[in-house]
Amino acid sequence: MKMVKAIIKPERFEFVKKALEDKGFVSMTTTEVKGRGEQKGITLEYRGGLMTVDFLPKLQIEIVVKDKDLDSLLSTLIESARTGKIGDGKIFVLPVEKSIRIRTGETEG
Amino acid sequence: MALDTGATAWILAATALVMIMTPGVGFFYGGLVRRKNLISMITLSFVAFALVSIQWVLAGYSLAFGPDIGGFIGGLQYLGLNNVGMDPGPYSTAIPGLLYMVFQLVFATVTMAIVTSGFAERIKFSAYLVFALLWTTIVYDPLAHWVWGGGWAAQFGAIDFAGGTVVHISSGFAALALALVIGKRVGFGKYAMEPNNIPLTILGAALLWFGWFGFNAGSALGANGLAAQAFVNTNIAAAAGAMAWMLISWLHGKPSSLGFVSGAIAGLVAITPGCGYVTPMGALIIGIIGGAVCYGMLLFRIRNGLDESLDAWAIHGMGGLWGALATGIFAVVAVNGASGLIEGNVHQFVANAVGAFAALIYAFVVTYVLAVIIDKTIGLRVTEEEEYVGLDISQHGERC
Repeated sequence: MKMVKAIIKPERFEFVKKALEDKGFVSMTTTEVKGRGEQKGITLEYRGGLMTVDFLPKLQIEIVVKDKDLDSLLSTLIESARTGKIGDGKIFVLPVEKSIRIRTGETEG
Repeated sequence: MALDTGATAWILAATALVMIMTPGVGFFYGGLVRRKNLISMITLSFVAFALVSIQWVLAGYSLAFGPDIGGFIGGLQYLGLNNVGMDPGPYSTAIPGLLYMVFQLVFATVTMAIVTSGFAERIKFSAYLVFALLWTTIVYDPLAHWVWGGGWAAQFGAIDFAGGTVVHISSGFAALALALVIGKRVGFGKYAMEPNNIPLTILGAALLWFGWFGFNAGSALGANGLAAQAFVNTNIAAAAGAMAWMLISWLHGKPSSLGFVSGAIAGLVAITPGCGYVTPMGALIIGIIGGAVCYGMLLFRIRNGLDESLDAWAIHGMGGLWGALATGIFAVVAVNGASGLIEGNVHQFVANAVGAFAALIYAFVVTYVLAVIIDKTIGLRVTEEEEYVGLDISQHGERC
């Protein structure tokens, strides 16, 4: 099993959610986060100065999938979250040792 | 004639009541925008209060209420509050001239605040200051003169008790013109732009409802039966509008609190011109139809992809138009000497319709031209990046 952490632009979430649902990825956890990448946020130019907004709001989605579904999930995430502009975000893939459903105690992995 | 202390006491209090409406509009609007523009939205309204306050005492009051020039505008005799003093007159024999001036001031400020709906979440603050100063001078002041300052609309016989035409039609259609000039927000219609704080909007609506008692009952310019009549009518129409909107919108989904408070504002707007002319039962009907009409107009705006972002047009513009026509329908001679269609007086209805449509066209056209000129010279809109990070950070350097 793998955990996929995707940090995306909040305004893309509607598209991403719809695209994931269409491929059968329904379960997920989301967190509102703030972050920055290599550009260190956005620099706004003013007459007489610059102003940096270094931490921008992002949305973090966490999804756990079976290894065989990983590629489909990643390509769906990339296609739906992408605008082609700076700040589209990042995706991280982590190994998952075990998953337990609290209600039934059912264990996977 | 001697000054009336009862009337003076009431109008002083009413003026303070109306004052809270200007930041109230800010809270109402602020809750509806995205969090990154919350400070901006409240600030636009509060700044309108200060900016228009200064404009009003320097020139605005004179342009609106100075001696009539051709029915269109007031003369310059009251510039800098010259000739406006502690003695009663000329507009009321009961209260000081200064008090009449400041009671009118708070109307001018709240009108400017309502207009900010049209460019919510994308206006450049410096351009807003220039726009607000010019708008209140060349749109609001002449309109106030037409209706209240002895201008042509008053001479023609249009009746507007507390400013449905001057305040609501003008601001609503100005917001529509602005929205057309400045364009849609980035992402409008593509992804959801949900309100960041509905309780704040409800608080704003509560302040507006409260302040509206000063707005309407204060417009009686006396502590008398007519003030009580206007007060009661105001409350009835607000309640009726709120319930009507909520119940009708229930057919499309849940009975939302936003629908409820929007309906209250719609009812308040609708009763504003007629609150001192109609009976309580007339006010009930005006409020119910006001809530229904404004809800329909909001749906119409959304269906047509118009980004008049916070519905000043649907609620104030169209609600104000309905109110002006309704006053010409439901006015009863026993209340305040004017009779409408229900008493067979067609002239009153026609006069009110002409007054309302003239104000509508004037406000829309002049605002449109003014917005285009400002857009071509200093630019109305922030850059796309500034819009993306939000106006709180990009215009004010603050975050909430």
